[in-house]
Amino acid sequence: MKEEIELLKEGKRLDGRGFDELRPIKIEVGVLKRADGSCYFELGDNKVIAAVYGPREMHPRHAQDAKMAVVKFRYNMAPFSVDERKRPGPDRRSMEISKVSREALDPVIMREYYPKTEIDVYVEILQSDAGTRTAGINAASVALADAGIPMKDLVSSVAVGKIEGEVVLDLNAMEDNYGEADMPVAMVTRTNTITLLQMDGRLEKEEFKRGLQLAMSACRQIYELQRAALIDRYSESVVEGEGEE
Amino acid sequence: MYKVVIPGDFISEAVSRAGEGTYVEDGKVYAMRYGIVDERGSIKVVPLSGKYVPTEGDVVIGRVTEISFPFWIVDIASPYEARLHMSEFADTRDEKIEFGSLSRYLDLDDLIVAKVTNVDLMMRIDLALKEDFNLRRGGRLIEIPHTKVPRVIGRGGSMIKMLKEKCNCFIFIAKNGRIWIRGREDDMNLATEAILKIASESHTTGLTDRVADFLDSFKREKGRR
Repeated sequence: MKEEIELLKEGKRLDGRGFDELRPIKIEVGVLKRADGSCYFELGDNKVIAAVYGPREMHPRHAQDAKMAVVKFRYNMAPFSVDERKRPGPDRRSMEISKVSREALDPVIMREYYPKTEIDVYVEILQSDAGTRTAGINAASVALADAGIPMKDLVSSVAVGKIEGEVVLDLNAMEDNYGEADMPVAMVTRTNTITLLQMDGRLEKEEFKRGLQLAMSACRQIYELQRAALIDRYSESVVEGEGEE
Repeated sequence: MYKVVIPGDFISEAVSRAGEGTYVEDGKVYAMRYGIVDERGSIKVVPLSGKYVPTEGDVVIGRVTEISFPFWIVDIASPYEARLHMSEFADTRDEKIEFGSLSRYLDLDDLIVAKVTNVDLMMRIDLALKEDFNLRRGGRLIEIPHTKVPRVIGRGGSMIKMLKEKCNCFIFIAKNGRIWIRGREDDMNLATEAILKIASESHTTGLTDRVADFLDSFKREKGRR
């Protein structure tokens, strides 16, 4: 059994946040020169970089889809991203996260516009403090837009959890380790479509409902930040006229 | 006034005018790509980035990557490779092209200017040679994102016209973002620099004037030296 740690003090969390408060977020678009699209995303102490390559010719050829592009998603944690050095390379956890993250983004990517190609999404976790899969999805979604991939929408993602009987937003590592539940959510905010929903631990029905509400409103905040990051990149972007040939 | 949109942004309710780079859902037009809205004529989103996908009639610069009788396989800076049939050469000559002799006409890494004659659903792309451009006569090839091509050409060709005049070069811009420059060495350097400048500042206003200033100041400096 884990040792008991006091996670709440006078109605505030360890890092001084309220129950429905996100950690500070920083988004930068187009940070990698050689990638077709990229995004650096910070969520508190999480530092994540996403790179998108493609659409490009798919290899091996037999894995091509004649009707649409194939999306590959690789979530990878740097060995130095956690307190205890992580053994490099894919493991059961990162393979699962890659799969669910790909499926979280899949509904918005209009894959039918690029048959027979592949779109590679690489998410590298440089520093981890709980909630990296949500940070990775946020970053990947911005990077995909930056790569000019046709999409229906952006995907925004955040986790909720339960600590000392309280439903709280966006757990940090301490809260995740010593809390009672952790529930990452990814959604398309405009249509209220949930594309990822996992739960580790237990929540009562009412707690689940409250948590989901909390996550959905936080996703809207994140969406606005994602949007602002993309728009700001071309802030002085008044083009005087597209040319014709 | 031009407006930057991201995928999922609501643009308009005029469904009948929805054009490239948009999609329609529940009677509304939304942006499908990260780009700039153009509402002249149909509602379009001109992407700021993305890969080149050929359409029929495009003129592209390609590089031969493979010879597989009776085709040359040509890289056209796109996720899809194109092919050029040997009859493109046979037409102009009496002799018959024998199996295995394709490389005598075009070898690996040779550059060609070609027109896209057909793109099918399987994304097989057929090319036809445009022989009036012979790239073997020297010069230089540079590559920019194909989304910036319209800016290098400019409205009604204003930018390219100015570049050609001020740099004293032959410049040919292909739809896939490859640009052929031929001229004196230092003229080509200047043209290259100007084009890369246009590509990196393609989203700003008054670009034509700024590029003109850039070229003029460069020339003045050179004159002083």
